[in-house]
Amino acid sequence: MNTNSRRSFLQILGTGAGWLAIASAGVWSKIAHGVERAAFDVDTLDEVVAKMGGKTYSESAEIDFSAPEIADNGATVPVEVMSRLPGTKTIAIVVEKNPHPLSCAFNYSADAVPFVNTRIKIGETSNVTALVQTDQGFFVARRTVKVTLGGCGG
Amino acid sequence: MADPMRIRAKAGADFVEVKVLMSHPMETGQRKDTEGNLVPALFITKVVASCNGKEILNADWGPSVSKNPYIAFRFRGAAAGDKVSVTWTDSAGATRTDEAAIG
Repeated sequence: MNTNSRRSFLQILGTGAGWLAIASAGVWSKIAHGVERAAFDVDTLDEVVAKMGGKTYSESAEIDFSAPEIADNGATVPVEVMSRLPGTKTIAIVVEKNPHPLSCAFNYSADAVPFVNTRIKIGETSNVTALVQTDQGFFVARRTVKVTLGGCGG
Repeated sequence: MADPMRIRAKAGADFVEVKVLMSHPMETGQRKDTEGNLVPALFITKVVASCNGKEILNADWGPSVSKNPYIAFRFRGAAAGDKVSVTWTDSAGATRTDEAAIG
């Protein structure tokens, strides 16, 4: 092997290794999207959407959102969200009247079903929003949860 | 060290369903103890779930997820025997990882 062909061999190898690195990064890297911590410190749904990189959002019937109409104990309110919107990346729960409205956000890989069931605290009777981020933007489904015993004091 | 999570992962026809119960106080920073002093905030901020080492989902949490958090999630592309692992990290930097085989 002379110097020239050796060099081009190394160049090819280098290029190949580069592409391999990019390809494997694509497969193995962490889920790229997530919600920045600042989104937990804002006071309204609009600001939460803004912190997540959006400008507007619209109502969608493709989001199944179940939450109780009346919660006897605001400290543990079961909520379930299933998105049928294609390209769903994140499902977040926003409780308008809580001191920190954004409660939780779930960020999905391609293998995950855009579904979650969890339990949250709701301090007082409030609108509760399931906020879904897809490739196309932001979508919401809303419920009102009436709380008879607040959840943030205990 | 926090108590272990309870993880149940079950393969169905369409997807694997995972149910996780964590042991954590999830203090909001707004609660007062019996002497009227505020209990400092201490809550899980990040949860990562993986299957056989590949990330399925992650979650960002504030203090309003309930004490001893429960989550259920679903994913595809795995079978009975595969390992599901869940890791949480809290606002004080404490972390815990537990694992379960899909049944």
